[in-house]
Amino acid sequence: MHTQLPADTNAQNRHLSAGRAQTSTTTIKRHSLTTRLWHWVNFITLIILLMSGLQIFNAHPALYWGEQSSFSQPFLAIHARKGADGSARGVVQLAGHEIVTTGVLGLSNSNGRLRERGFSEWATLPGPQWLSMGRNWHFLAAWIFGPSIVAYLLYTLISRRRRRLIFPTQAQWREIPTTLIDHARLRFHHVADYNGIQKLTYILVLFGLLPAMVLSGLAMSPTMNAAWPWITELFGGRQSARTIHFICAFSLVGFFIVHIALVLVSGVFNNLRSMITGRYRIQVSSHDETEKGHG
Amino acid sequence: MDKSAGQQLDHNRRRVLSGLGALGAGALLSGCDRLSNNDTVQQAVGSVENLTRKAQRLIASRQSLAQEFDASQIAPVFRPNGETNPQEPAYRQMAKNQFVDWRLRVDGLVSQPMELSLDQLRNLPSRTQITRHDCVEGWSCIGQWTGAVLGDLLDLAGPQDDARFVVFHCADHTYGGSDLYYESLDMIEAYHPQTLLAYDLNGEALPVANGAPIRLRAERQLGYKQAKYVMRVELVDSFKTLHGGKGGYWEDRGYNWWAGI
Repeated sequence: MHTQLPADTNAQNRHLSAGRAQTSTTTIKRHSLTTRLWHWVNFITLIILLMSGLQIFNAHPALYWGEQSSFSQPFLAIHARKGADGSARGVVQLAGHEIVTTGVLGLSNSNGRLRERGFSEWATLPGPQWLSMGRNWHFLAAWIFGPSIVAYLLYTLISRRRRRLIFPTQAQWREIPTTLIDHARLRFHHVADYNGIQKLTYILVLFGLLPAMVLSGLAMSPTMNAAWPWITELFGGRQSARTIHFICAFSLVGFFIVHIALVLVSGVFNNLRSMITGRYRIQVSSHDETEKGHG
Repeated sequence: MDKSAGQQLDHNRRRVLSGLGALGAGALLSGCDRLSNNDTVQQAVGSVENLTRKAQRLIASRQSLAQEFDASQIAPVFRPNGETNPQEPAYRQMAKNQFVDWRLRVDGLVSQPMELSLDQLRNLPSRTQITRHDCVEGWSCIGQWTGAVLGDLLDLAGPQDDARFVVFHCADHTYGGSDLYYESLDMIEAYHPQTLLAYDLNGEALPVANGAPIRLRAERQLGYKQAKYVMRVELVDSFKTLHGGKGGYWEDRGYNWWAGI
Protein backbone atom coordinates (compact mmCIF):
# COMPACT_ATOMS: atom_id res chain seq x y z
CA MET A 1 0.00 0.00 0.00
CA HIS A 2 1.29 3.42 -0.85
CA THR A 3 -0.20 6.50 0.77
CA GLN A 4 0.75 9.84 -0.64
CA LEU A 5 1.15 12.12 2.36
CA PRO A 6 0.32 15.82 2.06
CA ALA A 7 3.48 17.49 0.97
CA ASP A 8 3.74 20.58 3.11
CA THR A 9 2.21 19.46 6.39
CA ASN A 10 4.20 16.32 6.88
CA ALA A 11 4.74 16.15 10.61
CA GLN A 12 6.80 13.00 10.71
CA ASN A 13 9.56 14.51 8.62
CA ARG A 14 9.79 17.70 10.57
CA HIS A 15 12.09 16.17 13.15
CA LEU A 16 14.76 15.80 10.44
CA SER A 17 15.22 19.53 10.46
CA ALA A 18 14.80 20.09 14.17
CA GLY A 19 16.54 23.25 15.29
CA ARG A 20 16.06 25.00 11.96
CA ALA A 21 13.43 27.63 11.92
CA GLN A 22 10.31 27.13 9.85
CA THR A 23 11.18 24.21 7.63
CA SER A 24 8.85 21.73 6.01
CA THR A 25 9.23 19.07 3.37
CA THR A 26 7.91 18.52 -0.09
CA THR A 27 8.30 15.75 -2.67
CA ILE A 28 9.87 16.49 -6.01
CA LYS A 29 10.62 14.43 -9.06
CA ARG A 30 14.37 13.97 -8.81
CA HIS A 31 15.42 11.34 -11.37
CA SER A 32 14.18 11.07 -14.94
CA LEU A 33 13.10 7.71 -16.30
CA THR A 34 16.29 7.60 -18.44
CA THR A 35 18.49 8.10 -15.38
CA ARG A 36 16.62 5.49 -13.35
CA LEU A 37 16.74 2.89 -16.14
CA TRP A 38 20.41 3.63 -16.77
CA HIS A 39 21.18 3.35 -13.05
CA TRP A 40 19.66 -0.12 -12.65
CA VAL A 41 20.99 -1.44 -15.97
CA ASN A 42 24.41 -0.28 -14.80
CA PHE A 43 23.91 -1.92 -11.42
CA ILE A 44 23.35 -5.32 -13.06
CA THR A 45 25.90 -5.03 -15.87
CA LEU A 46 28.64 -3.68 -13.58
CA ILE A 47 28.19 -6.58 -11.15
CA ILE A 48 28.39 -9.06 -14.06
CA LEU A 49 31.40 -7.21 -15.49
CA LEU A 50 33.21 -7.19 -12.15
CA MET A 51 32.61 -10.85 -11.31
CA SER A 52 33.32 -12.18 -14.82
CA GLY A 53 36.34 -9.86 -14.89
CA LEU A 54 37.68 -11.53 -11.74
CA GLN A 55 37.11 -14.90 -13.44
CA ILE A 56 39.21 -13.69 -16.41
CA PHE A 57 41.86 -12.28 -14.06
CA ASN A 58 42.10 -15.69 -12.34
CA ALA A 59 43.36 -17.26 -15.61
CA HIS A 60 46.62 -15.37 -15.02
CA PRO A 61 46.39 -13.70 -11.61
CA ALA A 62 49.26 -11.25 -12.05
CA LEU A 63 49.57 -7.66 -13.29
CA TYR A 64 52.44 -5.84 -14.96
CA TRP A 65 53.37 -2.41 -16.27
CA GLY A 66 54.35 -1.68 -19.85
CA GLU A 67 53.75 -3.48 -23.10
CA GLN A 68 54.42 -7.08 -22.03
CA SER A 69 54.59 -9.33 -18.97
CA SER A 70 57.77 -9.33 -16.90
CA PHE A 71 56.89 -12.71 -15.45
CA SER A 72 59.48 -12.80 -12.65
CA GLN A 73 58.64 -9.27 -11.45
CA PRO A 74 54.89 -8.71 -11.46
CA PHE A 75 53.45 -5.49 -10.05
CA LEU A 76 50.76 -7.58 -8.37
CA ALA A 77 50.43 -11.34 -8.09
CA ILE A 78 47.89 -13.48 -6.25
CA HIS A 79 48.98 -17.09 -5.87
CA ALA A 80 49.68 -19.99 -3.51
CA ARG A 81 53.06 -21.05 -2.24
CA LYS A 82 54.56 -23.26 0.43
CA GLY A 83 55.15 -21.55 3.77
CA ALA A 84 58.12 -22.18 6.05
CA ASP A 85 56.24 -25.05 7.78
CA GLY A 86 55.57 -26.76 4.46
CA SER A 87 51.85 -25.98 4.35
CA ALA A 88 50.37 -24.10 1.38
CA ARG A 89 49.25 -20.52 1.87
CA GLY A 90 47.59 -17.96 -0.33
CA VAL A 91 49.55 -14.77 -0.79
CA VAL A 92 49.18 -11.39 -2.44
CA GLN A 93 52.40 -9.81 -3.66
CA LEU A 94 52.19 -6.11 -4.35
CA ALA A 95 55.24 -4.15 -5.52
CA GLY A 96 57.61 -6.37 -3.55
CA HIS A 97 55.50 -6.69 -0.37
CA GLU A 98 53.70 -9.89 0.57
CA ILE A 99 50.49 -10.42 2.54
CA VAL A 100 49.13 -13.84 3.57
CA THR A 101 45.53 -14.16 2.40
CA THR A 102 44.76 -17.90 2.70
CA GLY A 103 41.04 -18.61 2.36
CA VAL A 104 40.25 -15.46 0.41
CA LEU A 105 42.95 -14.77 -2.19
CA GLY A 106 45.48 -17.13 -3.74
CA LEU A 107 44.24 -20.24 -1.95
CA SER A 108 40.57 -20.77 -1.22
CA ASN A 109 37.87 -23.37 -0.83
CA SER A 110 36.58 -24.90 -4.03
CA ASN A 111 34.47 -28.07 -4.15
CA GLY A 112 35.31 -28.97 -0.57
CA ARG A 113 39.07 -28.44 -0.55
CA LEU A 114 41.62 -25.63 -0.71
CA ARG A 115 42.76 -24.87 -4.26
CA GLU A 116 45.05 -22.32 -5.84
CA ARG A 117 42.84 -19.53 -7.19
CA GLY A 118 43.25 -15.77 -7.55
CA PHE A 119 39.86 -14.64 -6.27
CA SER A 120 37.52 -16.98 -4.38
CA GLU A 121 34.61 -18.74 -6.06
CA TRP A 122 32.01 -16.47 -4.43
CA ALA A 123 33.55 -13.47 -6.19
CA THR A 124 33.75 -14.85 -9.73
CA LEU A 125 31.29 -15.57 -12.52
CA PRO A 126 31.00 -18.46 -13.13
CA GLY A 127 32.14 -19.67 -9.70
CA PRO A 128 34.47 -22.50 -10.78
CA GLN A 129 37.47 -21.83 -13.04
CA TRP A 130 35.91 -21.41 -16.51
CA LEU A 131 37.66 -18.74 -18.56
CA SER A 132 35.69 -19.09 -21.81
CA MET A 133 32.34 -18.65 -20.04
CA GLY A 134 33.70 -15.75 -17.99
CA ARG A 135 34.74 -14.05 -21.22
CA ASN A 136 31.31 -14.59 -22.76
CA TRP A 137 29.52 -13.04 -19.76
CA HIS A 138 32.03 -10.19 -19.75
CA PHE A 139 31.57 -9.29 -23.42
CA LEU A 140 27.78 -9.62 -23.26
CA ALA A 141 27.65 -7.16 -20.35
CA ALA A 142 30.27 -4.93 -22.02
CA TRP A 143 28.10 -4.64 -25.14
CA ILE A 144 25.28 -3.30 -22.94
CA PHE A 145 27.45 -1.13 -20.70
CA GLY A 146 29.74 0.40 -23.37
CA PRO A 147 27.15 1.83 -25.79
CA SER A 148 24.95 3.00 -22.91
CA ILE A 149 27.74 4.99 -21.24
CA VAL A 150 28.61 6.62 -24.58
CA ALA A 151 24.97 7.57 -25.16
CA TYR A 152 24.56 8.81 -21.60
CA LEU A 153 27.69 10.98 -21.68
CA LEU A 154 26.74 12.51 -25.04
CA TYR A 155 23.24 13.24 -23.72
CA THR A 156 24.70 14.79 -20.56
CA LEU A 157 26.99 17.05 -22.59
CA ILE A 158 24.26 18.08 -25.05
CA SER A 159 21.38 18.70 -22.64
CA ARG A 160 21.60 22.03 -20.78
CA ARG A 161 19.46 20.70 -17.96
CA ARG A 162 21.80 17.75 -17.43
CA ARG A 163 24.89 19.95 -17.62
CA ARG A 164 23.45 22.06 -14.79
CA LEU A 165 22.71 18.86 -12.88
CA ILE A 166 26.29 17.59 -13.10
CA PHE A 167 28.60 20.61 -13.12
CA PRO A 168 28.91 22.60 -9.84
CA THR A 169 27.82 26.25 -9.72
CA GLN A 170 30.27 28.87 -8.47
CA ALA A 171 28.49 28.91 -5.10
CA GLN A 172 28.83 25.15 -4.82
CA TRP A 173 32.57 25.33 -5.50
CA ARG A 174 32.90 27.82 -2.60
CA GLU A 175 30.74 25.68 -0.33
CA ILE A 176 32.79 22.51 -0.84
CA PRO A 177 34.70 22.80 2.51
CA THR A 178 31.43 23.31 4.42
CA THR A 179 29.83 20.43 2.57
CA LEU A 180 32.79 18.20 3.47
CA ILE A 181 32.44 19.08 7.16
CA ASP A 182 28.69 18.44 7.04
CA HIS A 183 29.26 15.03 5.45
CA ALA A 184 31.86 14.13 8.08
CA ARG A 185 29.24 14.94 10.74
CA LEU A 186 26.67 12.89 8.82
CA ARG A 187 24.54 16.01 8.49
CA PHE A 188 22.78 15.79 5.15
CA HIS A 189 20.73 18.51 3.54
CA HIS A 190 17.90 17.07 1.57
CA VAL A 191 17.59 19.56 -1.23
CA ALA A 192 16.68 19.33 -4.88
CA ASP A 193 20.14 19.91 -6.31
CA TYR A 194 23.30 17.83 -5.84
CA ASN A 195 25.98 19.48 -3.72
CA GLY A 196 29.53 20.23 -4.88
CA ILE A 197 31.09 17.00 -3.63
CA GLN A 198 28.34 14.89 -5.15
CA LYS A 199 28.81 16.65 -8.48
CA LEU A 200 32.59 16.29 -8.45
CA THR A 201 32.28 12.60 -7.56
CA TYR A 202 29.81 11.99 -10.37
CA ILE A 203 32.04 13.87 -12.83
CA LEU A 204 35.02 11.73 -11.77
CA VAL A 205 33.03 8.51 -12.13
CA LEU A 206 31.05 9.43 -15.27
CA PHE A 207 33.79 11.15 -17.24
CA GLY A 208 36.81 9.44 -15.64
CA LEU A 209 36.40 5.92 -14.34
CA LEU A 210 33.63 4.62 -16.61
CA PRO A 211 35.22 5.73 -19.91
CA ALA A 212 38.60 4.51 -18.60
CA MET A 213 37.06 1.08 -18.03
CA VAL A 214 35.78 0.92 -21.62
CA LEU A 215 38.97 2.27 -23.19
CA SER A 216 41.41 0.15 -21.15
CA GLY A 217 39.24 -2.86 -21.99
CA LEU A 218 39.40 -2.11 -25.71
CA ALA A 219 43.16 -1.49 -25.38
CA MET A 220 43.63 -5.19 -24.58
CA SER A 221 42.02 -6.39 -27.82
CA PRO A 222 44.61 -7.34 -30.48
CA THR A 223 42.26 -6.40 -33.34
CA MET A 224 41.48 -3.00 -31.75
CA ASN A 225 45.21 -2.58 -31.25
CA ALA A 226 45.74 -2.99 -35.00
CA ALA A 227 42.80 -0.71 -35.88
CA TRP A 228 43.29 2.05 -33.28
CA PRO A 229 46.76 1.69 -31.76
CA TRP A 230 46.38 5.06 -29.98
CA ILE A 231 44.11 3.49 -27.36
CA THR A 232 46.79 1.06 -26.19
CA GLU A 233 49.44 3.79 -26.42
CA LEU A 234 47.26 6.05 -24.27
CA PHE A 235 47.66 3.58 -21.40
CA GLY A 236 51.38 2.95 -22.00
CA GLY A 237 51.08 -0.57 -23.43
CA ARG A 238 48.80 -3.58 -23.22
CA GLN A 239 49.88 -4.82 -19.80
CA SER A 240 49.59 -1.31 -18.35
CA ALA A 241 46.09 -1.15 -19.83
CA ARG A 242 45.25 -4.44 -18.10
CA THR A 243 46.60 -3.14 -14.78
CA ILE A 244 44.69 0.15 -15.14
CA HIS A 245 41.53 -1.80 -16.06
CA PHE A 246 41.93 -3.66 -12.75
CA ILE A 247 42.68 -0.52 -10.70
CA CYS A 248 39.71 1.36 -12.19
CA ALA A 249 37.45 -1.64 -11.52
CA PHE A 250 38.41 -1.57 -7.84
CA SER A 251 38.05 2.21 -7.74
CA LEU A 252 34.47 1.62 -8.89
CA VAL A 253 34.07 -0.97 -6.11
CA GLY A 254 35.29 1.76 -3.72
CA PHE A 255 32.78 4.22 -5.17
CA PHE A 256 30.07 1.57 -4.84
CA ILE A 257 30.85 1.03 -1.12
CA VAL A 258 30.85 4.76 -0.29
CA HIS A 259 27.73 5.24 -2.45
CA ILE A 260 25.85 2.47 -0.59
CA ALA A 261 27.06 3.78 2.80
CA LEU A 262 25.83 7.29 2.01
CA VAL A 263 22.53 5.97 0.65
CA LEU A 264 22.08 4.10 3.93
CA VAL A 265 22.96 6.93 6.32
CA SER A 266 21.23 9.75 4.44
CA GLY A 267 17.80 8.13 4.32
CA VAL A 268 17.68 4.79 2.59
CA PHE A 269 13.96 4.85 1.86
CA ASN A 270 13.91 8.33 0.35
CA ASN A 271 17.01 7.54 -1.73
CA LEU A 272 15.79 4.17 -2.99
CA ARG A 273 12.38 5.59 -3.84
CA SER A 274 13.96 8.42 -5.82
CA MET A 275 15.89 5.89 -7.92
CA ILE A 276 12.85 3.62 -8.42
CA THR A 277 9.86 5.95 -8.78
CA GLY A 278 11.80 9.19 -9.25
CA ARG A 279 10.16 10.90 -6.26
CA TYR A 280 12.39 12.44 -3.58
CA ARG A 281 11.43 14.29 -0.41
CA ILE A 282 13.33 17.52 0.21
CA GLN A 283 13.45 20.14 2.95
CA VAL A 284 12.13 23.56 2.13
CA SER A 285 13.13 26.47 4.31
CA SER A 286 10.46 29.18 4.37
CA HIS A 287 12.89 32.06 4.78
CA ASP A 288 15.49 30.58 2.44
CA GLU A 289 13.57 30.46 -0.80
CA THR A 290 16.79 30.83 -2.81
CA GLU A 291 17.46 27.14 -2.30
CA LYS A 292 14.81 26.42 -4.86
CA GLY A 293 16.83 28.41 -7.34
CA HIS A 294 19.36 25.61 -7.72
CA GLY A 295 16.82 23.02 -8.70
CA MET B 1 -2.83 8.75 10.08
CA ASP B 2 -0.95 9.37 13.31
CA LYS B 3 2.78 9.71 13.62
CA SER B 4 3.64 6.24 14.97
CA ALA B 5 1.55 4.45 12.35
CA GLY B 6 3.29 6.44 9.64
CA GLN B 7 6.67 5.51 11.03
CA GLN B 8 5.68 1.86 11.28
CA LEU B 9 4.58 1.86 7.66
CA ASP B 10 7.81 3.52 6.63
CA HIS B 11 9.78 1.00 8.65
CA ASN B 12 7.97 -1.92 6.98
CA ARG B 13 8.53 -0.47 3.55
CA ARG B 14 12.22 -0.14 4.29
CA ARG B 15 12.44 -3.74 5.44
CA VAL B 16 10.63 -4.96 2.36
CA LEU B 17 12.84 -2.87 0.08
CA SER B 18 16.14 -3.96 1.62
CA GLY B 19 14.91 -7.58 1.77
CA LEU B 20 14.09 -7.44 -1.93
CA GLY B 21 17.50 -5.98 -2.62
CA ALA B 22 19.35 -8.74 -0.79
CA LEU B 23 17.15 -11.41 -2.36
CA GLY B 24 17.72 -9.94 -5.81
CA ALA B 25 21.49 -9.86 -5.42
CA GLY B 26 21.57 -13.44 -4.11
CA ALA B 27 19.30 -14.71 -6.89
CA LEU B 28 21.39 -12.90 -9.48
CA LEU B 29 24.62 -14.54 -8.34
CA SER B 30 23.42 -18.12 -7.94
CA GLY B 31 21.19 -17.65 -10.99
CA CYS B 32 24.10 -16.64 -13.21
CA ASP B 33 25.99 -19.77 -12.19
CA ARG B 34 23.05 -22.01 -12.96
CA LEU B 35 22.52 -20.14 -16.24
CA SER B 36 26.16 -20.75 -17.16
CA ASN B 37 25.52 -24.50 -17.18
CA ASN B 38 22.51 -24.27 -19.49
CA ASP B 39 23.33 -25.07 -23.15
CA THR B 40 20.86 -22.57 -24.61
CA VAL B 41 22.15 -19.79 -22.36
CA GLN B 42 25.73 -20.68 -23.25
CA GLN B 43 24.88 -20.33 -26.94
CA ALA B 44 22.97 -17.08 -26.42
CA VAL B 45 25.71 -15.50 -24.28
CA GLY B 46 28.37 -16.78 -26.69
CA SER B 47 26.57 -15.39 -29.75
CA VAL B 48 27.77 -11.92 -28.72
CA GLU B 49 30.97 -13.09 -30.45
CA ASN B 50 29.29 -12.44 -33.82
CA LEU B 51 28.52 -8.85 -32.85
CA THR B 52 32.12 -8.35 -31.74
CA ARG B 53 33.46 -9.89 -34.94
CA LYS B 54 31.28 -7.72 -37.19
CA ALA B 55 32.10 -4.56 -35.23
CA GLN B 56 35.83 -5.26 -35.27
CA ARG B 57 35.78 -6.15 -38.98
CA LEU B 58 34.08 -2.79 -39.55
CA ILE B 59 36.70 -0.86 -37.56
CA ALA B 60 39.84 -2.73 -38.60
CA SER B 61 40.48 -2.63 -42.34
CA ARG B 62 41.76 -5.70 -44.16
CA GLN B 63 45.21 -4.15 -44.19
CA SER B 64 45.45 -2.49 -40.78
CA LEU B 65 48.64 -3.83 -39.24
CA ALA B 66 49.26 -5.14 -35.78
CA GLN B 67 51.69 -2.94 -33.86
CA GLU B 68 55.36 -3.77 -34.47
CA PHE B 69 58.07 -3.16 -31.90
CA ASP B 70 61.74 -2.35 -31.55
CA ALA B 71 64.38 -5.09 -31.28
CA SER B 72 65.21 -3.78 -27.79
CA GLN B 73 61.72 -4.80 -26.63
CA ILE B 74 62.10 -8.50 -27.48
CA ALA B 75 61.49 -10.66 -24.39
CA PRO B 76 64.56 -12.64 -23.20
CA VAL B 77 62.50 -15.86 -23.27
CA PHE B 78 59.40 -16.20 -25.43
CA ARG B 79 56.94 -17.87 -23.06
CA PRO B 80 55.78 -21.26 -24.40
CA ASN B 81 52.21 -22.26 -23.59
CA GLY B 82 49.82 -25.14 -24.29
CA GLU B 83 51.70 -28.14 -25.68
CA THR B 84 55.45 -27.56 -25.38
CA ASN B 85 56.93 -30.98 -26.13
CA PRO B 86 54.80 -33.28 -28.33
CA GLN B 87 55.37 -36.99 -27.60
CA GLU B 88 53.79 -38.39 -30.78
CA PRO B 89 56.37 -40.89 -32.21
CA ALA B 90 56.09 -39.51 -35.77
CA TYR B 91 56.78 -36.01 -34.49
CA ARG B 92 59.68 -37.15 -32.24
CA GLN B 93 61.27 -38.87 -35.26
CA MET B 94 61.07 -35.71 -37.39
CA ALA B 95 62.41 -33.55 -34.58
CA LYS B 96 65.40 -35.93 -34.17
CA ASN B 97 66.26 -35.41 -37.87
CA GLN B 98 65.97 -31.61 -37.69
CA PHE B 99 62.71 -31.84 -39.66
CA VAL B 100 64.41 -32.77 -42.96
CA ASP B 101 61.60 -35.34 -43.50
CA TRP B 102 58.89 -32.86 -42.56
CA ARG B 103 56.50 -31.88 -45.38
CA LEU B 104 53.77 -29.29 -45.32
CA ARG B 105 50.69 -30.35 -47.24
CA VAL B 106 48.52 -27.65 -48.80
CA ASP B 107 45.26 -29.13 -50.05
CA GLY B 108 41.48 -28.98 -49.91
CA LEU B 109 39.73 -26.43 -52.10
CA VAL B 110 42.80 -25.48 -54.15
CA SER B 111 43.52 -25.96 -57.85
CA GLN B 112 47.12 -27.03 -57.17
CA PRO B 113 47.61 -29.22 -54.05
CA MET B 114 51.23 -29.05 -52.88
CA GLU B 115 53.77 -30.58 -50.57
CA LEU B 116 56.66 -28.41 -49.39
CA SER B 117 59.84 -29.19 -47.49
CA LEU B 118 61.17 -26.77 -44.88
CA ASP B 119 63.81 -25.55 -47.37
CA GLN B 120 61.18 -24.90 -50.02
CA LEU B 121 59.11 -22.97 -47.50
CA ARG B 122 62.17 -20.92 -46.53
CA ASN B 123 62.65 -19.98 -50.21
CA LEU B 124 59.16 -18.47 -50.49
CA PRO B 125 58.63 -14.71 -50.05
CA SER B 126 59.17 -14.02 -46.35
CA ARG B 127 58.50 -11.35 -43.79
CA THR B 128 60.17 -10.53 -40.47
CA GLN B 129 58.17 -8.76 -37.77
CA ILE B 130 58.52 -7.97 -34.07
CA THR B 131 55.08 -8.33 -32.57
CA ARG B 132 53.33 -8.79 -29.25
CA HIS B 133 51.72 -12.15 -28.53
CA ASP B 134 48.55 -11.71 -26.43
CA CYS B 135 47.41 -14.82 -24.61
CA VAL B 136 43.72 -15.30 -23.81
CA GLU B 137 44.85 -15.79 -20.19
CA GLY B 138 45.95 -12.16 -20.09
CA TRP B 139 49.74 -12.09 -20.42
CA SER B 140 51.78 -10.66 -23.34
CA CYS B 141 55.20 -11.43 -24.77
CA ILE B 142 57.17 -9.72 -27.57
CA GLY B 143 59.12 -11.77 -30.13
CA GLN B 144 60.56 -11.50 -33.62
CA TRP B 145 59.06 -13.82 -36.20
CA THR B 146 60.32 -14.72 -39.67
CA GLY B 147 58.19 -16.82 -41.95
CA ALA B 148 56.56 -17.40 -45.30
CA VAL B 149 53.71 -15.00 -46.04
CA LEU B 150 50.64 -17.22 -45.98
CA GLY B 151 48.84 -15.22 -48.68
CA ASP B 152 51.68 -15.84 -51.14
CA LEU B 153 51.67 -19.55 -50.38
CA LEU B 154 47.90 -19.71 -50.86
CA ASP B 155 48.24 -17.95 -54.22
CA LEU B 156 50.68 -20.66 -55.35
CA ALA B 157 48.11 -23.31 -54.51
CA GLY B 158 45.28 -21.30 -56.09
CA PRO B 159 42.23 -21.21 -53.78
CA GLN B 160 38.98 -22.21 -55.44
CA ASP B 161 36.08 -19.77 -55.41
CA ASP B 162 34.19 -21.64 -52.71
CA ALA B 163 37.12 -21.68 -50.26
CA ARG B 164 36.07 -19.68 -47.18
CA PHE B 165 38.40 -20.82 -44.40
CA VAL B 166 42.00 -21.94 -44.05
CA VAL B 167 42.41 -24.78 -41.55
CA PHE B 168 45.75 -25.54 -39.87
CA HIS B 169 46.19 -29.17 -38.82
CA CYS B 170 48.87 -29.78 -36.20
CA ALA B 171 51.04 -32.70 -35.08
CA ASP B 172 50.19 -32.58 -31.38
CA HIS B 173 47.41 -33.88 -29.17
CA THR B 174 47.38 -30.99 -26.71
CA TYR B 175 47.63 -32.23 -23.10
CA GLY B 176 47.52 -35.83 -24.33
CA GLY B 177 43.85 -35.56 -25.33
CA SER B 178 42.28 -37.49 -28.21
CA ASP B 179 41.93 -34.55 -30.61
CA LEU B 180 44.78 -33.19 -32.70
CA TYR B 181 45.23 -29.45 -32.29
CA TYR B 182 43.82 -27.45 -35.17
CA GLU B 183 42.83 -23.87 -35.88
CA SER B 184 41.21 -21.88 -38.67
CA LEU B 185 41.17 -18.38 -40.16
CA ASP B 186 38.82 -16.79 -42.65
CA MET B 187 40.25 -15.59 -45.97
CA ILE B 188 40.57 -11.97 -44.79
CA GLU B 189 42.81 -12.91 -41.87
CA ALA B 190 44.65 -15.57 -43.93
CA TYR B 191 45.56 -12.97 -46.57
CA HIS B 192 46.55 -10.32 -44.04
CA PRO B 193 50.13 -9.17 -44.81
CA GLN B 194 51.36 -10.09 -41.30
CA THR B 195 49.92 -13.62 -41.35
CA LEU B 196 52.89 -15.96 -41.57
CA LEU B 197 53.89 -19.56 -41.34
CA ALA B 198 56.83 -18.72 -39.07
CA TYR B 199 60.00 -20.85 -39.00
CA ASP B 200 62.32 -18.48 -37.10
CA LEU B 201 61.91 -16.96 -33.64
CA ASN B 202 64.31 -14.14 -32.71
CA GLY B 203 66.54 -15.00 -35.68
CA GLU B 204 66.94 -18.70 -34.89
CA ALA B 205 65.12 -21.84 -35.97
CA LEU B 206 61.83 -22.12 -34.06
CA PRO B 207 62.39 -24.21 -30.88
CA VAL B 208 60.19 -27.26 -30.21
CA ALA B 209 58.58 -25.50 -27.22
CA ASN B 210 57.33 -22.74 -29.53
CA GLY B 211 56.04 -24.97 -32.35
CA ALA B 212 58.93 -26.32 -34.50
CA PRO B 213 59.26 -26.52 -37.39
CA ILE B 214 56.53 -23.95 -38.18
CA ARG B 215 53.73 -22.18 -36.39
CA LEU B 216 51.06 -19.79 -37.52
CA ARG B 217 51.28 -16.08 -36.74
CA ALA B 218 47.96 -14.21 -37.10
CA GLU B 219 48.92 -11.05 -35.28
CA ARG B 220 45.49 -9.47 -34.89
CA GLN B 221 44.21 -12.47 -32.95
CA LEU B 222 44.80 -13.99 -29.51
CA GLY B 223 47.43 -16.64 -28.79
CA TYR B 224 45.30 -19.76 -29.18
CA LYS B 225 44.88 -18.96 -32.90
CA GLN B 226 48.67 -19.20 -33.40
CA ALA B 227 48.71 -22.95 -34.11
CA LYS B 228 52.04 -24.70 -33.44
CA TYR B 229 53.53 -27.84 -35.08
CA VAL B 230 51.58 -27.17 -38.31
CA MET B 231 51.55 -30.18 -40.69
CA ARG B 232 48.81 -29.37 -43.15
CA VAL B 233 47.00 -26.33 -44.52
CA GLU B 234 43.54 -27.21 -45.77
CA LEU B 235 41.13 -24.86 -47.54
CA VAL B 236 37.48 -25.57 -46.79
CA ASP B 237 34.07 -23.98 -47.27
CA SER B 238 32.99 -24.94 -43.75
CA PHE B 239 34.58 -26.54 -40.70
CA LYS B 240 31.39 -28.24 -39.55
CA THR B 241 32.75 -31.72 -40.32
CA LEU B 242 36.13 -31.21 -38.64
CA HIS B 243 36.56 -32.51 -35.06
CA GLY B 244 34.00 -30.71 -32.86
CA GLY B 245 32.86 -28.51 -35.76
CA LYS B 246 33.71 -25.15 -34.18
CA GLY B 247 36.86 -24.45 -36.20
CA GLY B 248 39.54 -25.02 -33.58
CA TYR B 249 40.75 -27.08 -30.64
CA TRP B 250 39.83 -24.45 -28.03
CA GLU B 251 36.74 -23.37 -29.97
CA ASP B 252 35.46 -26.96 -29.58
CA ARG B 253 35.96 -26.41 -25.83
CA GLY B 254 33.88 -23.23 -25.57
CA TYR B 255 36.26 -20.48 -26.66
CA ASN B 256 35.21 -17.99 -29.34
CA TRP B 257 36.22 -18.62 -32.94
CA TRP B 258 36.67 -14.84 -33.27
CA ALA B 259 39.78 -14.24 -31.18
CA GLY B 260 40.17 -10.52 -31.89
CA ILE B 261 39.38 -9.54 -28.28
